[in-house]
Amino acid sequence: MNAWIVNNLWLIPATPLLASLIILFLSNSRRGIGAALAIAGQVIALVIGVTAFVHTIGEPGYRATLNFTWFTFGGQALRLGWVLDPLTAVMLVMITFVGLWIFVFSIGYMSEDRNFTRFFAYLSFFSAAMLGVVIANSLLLLFVCWELVGLASYLLIGFWIEKPSAAAAAKKAFITTRIGDIGLFIGILWLYHSSGTLLFYDEGNGCLESTSLLALGASATFIALLIFSGAVGKSGQFPLHVWLPDAMEGPTPVSALIHAATMVAAGVFLVARVYPLFSLGAINGVTPSLTVVVWIGVITALMASLIAVAQADIKRILAYSTVSQLGLMMVSLGVGGVAAGIMHLLAHGFFKALLFLGSGSVIHSCHHEQDIRKMGGLRRVMPMTFITYAIGMMALSGVPFFFSGAWTKEEILHSTAHWSSSSVPHYLMMVGVVLTALYMTRQMIYVFFGAERESSKRAHESPEVMTTPLFVLAVFAIALSVILTPAWPWLHDYLEGESAHVDFGKLIQPMLFVSLLLVAAGVGLGILFYRNPGAKDPLENAQPALFRFLENKMWLDELYAKTVVFGSVILSRTSDWMDRYFWDGLVRAVGGMGQFLGIVSSGFDERAINAGVDEGATGTRGLGRFISGWHSGQVQTYMGVVAVGMLALLILYAWLA
Amino acid sequence: MTPTLQTFLIVSAALFSIGLLAALSRRHAIFILIGIEMMLAAANLNFIAFWRFSSQTQSPTGVMVAIFSIAIAAAEAAVGLALVIAVYRHYRTTNINKLDQLKG
Repeated sequence: MNAWIVNNLWLIPATPLLASLIILFLSNSRRGIGAALAIAGQVIALVIGVTAFVHTIGEPGYRATLNFTWFTFGGQALRLGWVLDPLTAVMLVMITFVGLWIFVFSIGYMSEDRNFTRFFAYLSFFSAAMLGVVIANSLLLLFVCWELVGLASYLLIGFWIEKPSAAAAAKKAFITTRIGDIGLFIGILWLYHSSGTLLFYDEGNGCLESTSLLALGASATFIALLIFSGAVGKSGQFPLHVWLPDAMEGPTPVSALIHAATMVAAGVFLVARVYPLFSLGAINGVTPSLTVVVWIGVITALMASLIAVAQADIKRILAYSTVSQLGLMMVSLGVGGVAAGIMHLLAHGFFKALLFLGSGSVIHSCHHEQDIRKMGGLRRVMPMTFITYAIGMMALSGVPFFFSGAWTKEEILHSTAHWSSSSVPHYLMMVGVVLTALYMTRQMIYVFFGAERESSKRAHESPEVMTTPLFVLAVFAIALSVILTPAWPWLHDYLEGESAHVDFGKLIQPMLFVSLLLVAAGVGLGILFYRNPGAKDPLENAQPALFRFLENKMWLDELYAKTVVFGSVILSRTSDWMDRYFWDGLVRAVGGMGQFLGIVSSGFDERAINAGVDEGATGTRGLGRFISGWHSGQVQTYMGVVAVGMLALLILYAWLA
Repeated sequence: MTPTLQTFLIVSAALFSIGLLAALSRRHAIFILIGIEMMLAAANLNFIAFWRFSSQTQSPTGVMVAIFSIAIAAAEAAVGLALVIAVYRHYRTTNINKLDQLKG
């Protein structure tokens, strides 16, 4: 018998969904009610989420499911359900908690927007869809919510629809992720075909449980890779990462919620969720599908952190940083460090949301200027934003010991070191750490240090409704360390399904010093390069060609425009031509025949049938006119006729008798 | 000389013809009604006469039919008079020649 919380897990996505629907029907002027409803929905979801989380703590490796039949077709029953396990529980808490503070921040950030209530409706809708992804125990239900998340992302990126760049970015995000989703959908169909079920866990019969996995055999590799292509699209992995930086056209809270903390994490979550498919038949922890995951992650992480070094838009730097961190998580999953990857996902959710909200605060106070070269010296004007941003930056760079990001990164480096297939990812990830520290230092120096430049002249600290979320998230970016350290790896053991144990001897690990060295190298290089930035980027002076290559995102957009997009255009032109001249010609010929028949038929109608009917009508009219002449209206005439008639009958009778 | 069936039939036929003549020739609606009443009376006389000179005079069937007929005639006269009054109110005349609304 399931606990109450498991049976009613659906309430978690349902509350934000309900809030969203109500807000959608509010008028634009009901700003207060709209925001209050959205936040209330989020708070309720958070409370239930925490209840669920607490419920799972007591029992290591807790897993409970509730499955039900959606509908039956033929002999097949399509079943959906939800699952509560450590992975779901931590994601629930992270999404609702981070989401809540982003909602609060939005009150300040969007305060001057005309469509304030619509914004909150979309945010709530997104939250509902994302929570749906997390609790799903069926790949189908997950896919449905996954697509809803994509829709919410589309609506929110294109929220300022009057800006052509925002509309284009929304379309780009939707279409690019859809390419990955096609793979995911084919994977789902294949999985259903081979295993006959899409439930993850179903008392031994789910597709992630041993009986079905054994039946899958070799096809598991292909299914896993197809599912991974969905994750590649959603999590902005190479080669489908191009939409994520463009998605920064959306309002900054959206970037924080969707494109940093939650939605892009869905891909990582998906891989972690169907991990048994990836690791099936592993030799020494290596399978072909996991190797693909590792290398895609490595390429993504390195490429994105390189590009981030040469970007000037404060949000784009963070966007590429997100792409690279997601790559790092994928690497971690690929080398077998599932718990490490998810831990980094959670910690990243907190500090990246913090960084995005901090950048939102900066953008808000600089009157929507996003170019870091036009900012500067903001640490004096915006102390609160500065301090929290610095904490976020250090957590992201992985400054050891105090910041959550450091522990999780170290854990990931640890997992990559033990990968039996190759040690290249390990060293490349170390380069990634240096680069992360470098570009974050660059950003900090440009935005908060040095002399004030044009945009920061009239800057001011943001209102409390915006700084409070920053403060809370900053506290958590540090406080999360408590459950992440190797001395008391509570979260790690919780995710792995073991009970935690305290061992202070493990606190200091050799990897800690390596991390320290790497981060110091990155920050040191950053300070060295950018200590007094001139009009031109120092890196640009030193390596103009390389800088331009990175600044233009390695020309990938242009490459795609020349190949994929161009190919699609050619294809659609050809289809258009086929439609216009070939199919249209056929249709026209058929239509012409119909028209000809119509003309013949109408001629027959007019000449033959109409004439006959007209003749009949004229005759009837003439007869009527003749007979109506008899009706004089004189009653006595009628009576006389009756009398004559009677007399005639009488005579006839007499004559016949 | 005792009257025979023939005598009654001749009287009745005369009465009917006088009634028909009145109904066809008078222009006043009331006179036409009176003519119709006379034709009914002729019919009633026939009923009584045929009964009186039949072989079954024990049961008063002819009288009964005549009484029914008179009752119906009374009702008909009432309706007819009411119609005449309504027509008069509407057209301000009872001259039958001026009432030709039934003309086709």
